[in-house]
Amino acid sequence: MTQLQQNGNGHNQDYLLEVQNLKMYFPVTAGIFLQKTVADIKAVDDVSFFVRKGETLGLVGESGCGKTTTGRCVLQLYKPTAGRIIFHGVDLCTLNNRNMRPMRRQMQIIFQDPYSSLNPRMTAGAIIGEPLVVHGLAKSKAEYKERVGELLDIVGLNRYMADRFPHEFSGGQRQRIGVARALAVNPEFMVCDEPVSALDVSIQAQVINLLEDLQEQFSLTYLFIAHDLSVVRHISDRVAVMYLGHIVEIADRNDIYADPLHPYTKALLSAVPIPDPIIDAQRERILLSGEVPSPLNPPAGCVFHPRCSSVSPECMEEMPEVREIKPGHWVSCINVPGYGTPTYQLA
Amino acid sequence: MATLLEVRDLKTHFFTFGGVVKAVDGVSYDLEEGETLGLVGESGCGKSVSALSIMRLIPDPPGKIVEGEIIFNGEDLLKMNSTQMRRIRGHQISMVFQEPMTSLNPVLSVERQLTETLQLHLGMSRSDAGKEAVRRLDQVGIPDPERRVKQFPHQFSGGMRQRVMIAMALSCNPRLIIADEPTTALDVTIQAQILELMKGLSREYGVALIVITHNLGVVARYADRVNIMYAGKIIERGNAQDIYRDPRHPYTLGLLNSVPRLDLPRTEKLDPIEGQPPDLVNIPMGCSFRERCRYAIDQCAEETPPLEHITDGHSSACYVSSQLAPAS
Repeated sequence: MTQLQQNGNGHNQDYLLEVQNLKMYFPVTAGIFLQKTVADIKAVDDVSFFVRKGETLGLVGESGCGKTTTGRCVLQLYKPTAGRIIFHGVDLCTLNNRNMRPMRRQMQIIFQDPYSSLNPRMTAGAIIGEPLVVHGLAKSKAEYKERVGELLDIVGLNRYMADRFPHEFSGGQRQRIGVARALAVNPEFMVCDEPVSALDVSIQAQVINLLEDLQEQFSLTYLFIAHDLSVVRHISDRVAVMYLGHIVEIADRNDIYADPLHPYTKALLSAVPIPDPIIDAQRERILLSGEVPSPLNPPAGCVFHPRCSSVSPECMEEMPEVREIKPGHWVSCINVPGYGTPTYQLA
Repeated sequence: MATLLEVRDLKTHFFTFGGVVKAVDGVSYDLEEGETLGLVGESGCGKSVSALSIMRLIPDPPGKIVEGEIIFNGEDLLKMNSTQMRRIRGHQISMVFQEPMTSLNPVLSVERQLTETLQLHLGMSRSDAGKEAVRRLDQVGIPDPERRVKQFPHQFSGGMRQRVMIAMALSCNPRLIIADEPTTALDVTIQAQILELMKGLSREYGVALIVITHNLGVVARYADRVNIMYAGKIIERGNAQDIYRDPRHPYTLGLLNSVPRLDLPRTEKLDPIEGQPPDLVNIPMGCSFRERCRYAIDQCAEETPPLEHITDGHSSACYVSSQLAPAS
């Protein structure tokens, strides 16, 4: 019996967001007039997870593994090929544009690149205030102005900065504008898509602290997408590791860092450099050979098997499903002890 | 070991409409043969400009090396004319750039890009150079080099392109390779591969390396010595153990404390360095880090602290550096 079924038909009260068997294939077309689909890029292939109210789920993986695509599917910025995205008990994939609009007020996104995600011709105030106008949240001009000022205060900028243009701000300040814009509509849920990776080291910590303060202040739920495992450990309650369109491991933060089970998670953790020459030299480093295969033509069987150190013949047969091995610790690898005797399955 | 490179009081300024940008403002360091030096700092601190100055690749105008000496192998590179410099560049000193996507020529095959330097500097014939190109690709771990050498950069992945860049940098047996953020555009697992490769090759051939990075973690394992830069100046330098275990500048300490670390227990809050780096047109009087520093004293505003000796090979440009010593 799957855990989801135990909780009745689909919805668990604890979960703010539930993603079930999400698939996002991008077609590759050929021909000029009659575009024929010749192949699919399987950016996200059968991904399931949930996010509890008020928690932060970290989504990590290398570039091209589908983590950003997953985030965008959740917000319906892409129409998924298959699967269900249940937010507050409503399957977002079944909504039309008009019904989706009020849902968008509850879910927002912070983008990676604070340089290209802000319109250079709009002032900071106009960028932050635009969602208020779109959703009709400010009744008067005075209220609009007050709210924009308040949002600037919240993210640690000065009110007089509302009249400045994006190029007059530094990278960290621009990211704060992006955060203020996302907060404008009082969302419950935010997708943070690599919010600090474009920032300098000394500024990253400022933005991470801001995101944590805001989470506490407004009881936000985050889906935090990043490739930096040390940042993810700091901010997340639970962590999901993606590889080539699949989630290979999900567990509580402490669990996954203390006791990674999937060979890919282990390799990923060992590759993170530690700023201390003595400790770093003592660590065992698992160097993965080769590179991530193309999602256009993923390997047969387990997608990780060409780079895996503990590969067995069965690995080449099929992609193992994600199973719960310990309470709260899911993994998809047939060579992990305990995998063969399933107790639960995720979806 | 002999000193390979000596940079003396280098000043590279950019003359813009907004004023003079003092990107590098009085930087001095040495590099021994076969040594690996890490040059660490945030964007805009002048680390890339100081490397481009060594290669004499500063766009002029607006940039200009206004002062200083760069002595490579006994000769001052800044006194050379462009013909002499061209003989050094790509031959004795070569460079690996950050963006393997944009620094390879998309319309030339990898073979042509590799053989260019070989034919130019070593006077090889086309067929010899072609064979050498294949050998170099093999050396940097590109599988099936005979086939790959005929391909174009877009047919390579990011990590593979960076390997091609390294193969190009190695092709003329240089004595110094400058790597400007060689792994920043790459994924963690690929980053580890590339760093291992560079360090291995440097050991094998005795090539000196300057690794420029903003990530303190990247150079911890590989650098013999580390220079920390801030606002155009070196503010702390020492061997890797000194810098990471006993940082004596508040900026270095701040950088080390502001990143979450996998080897330490998780902390509730990160400890960031407040504020922003200064505008390089208007560097304030005194210590440029003063406004963000929690140890600042009155003297910091009056004069710029010089790099002062702490222990052998370890120096810091801070008046309160002794207060930062570990309690033990």
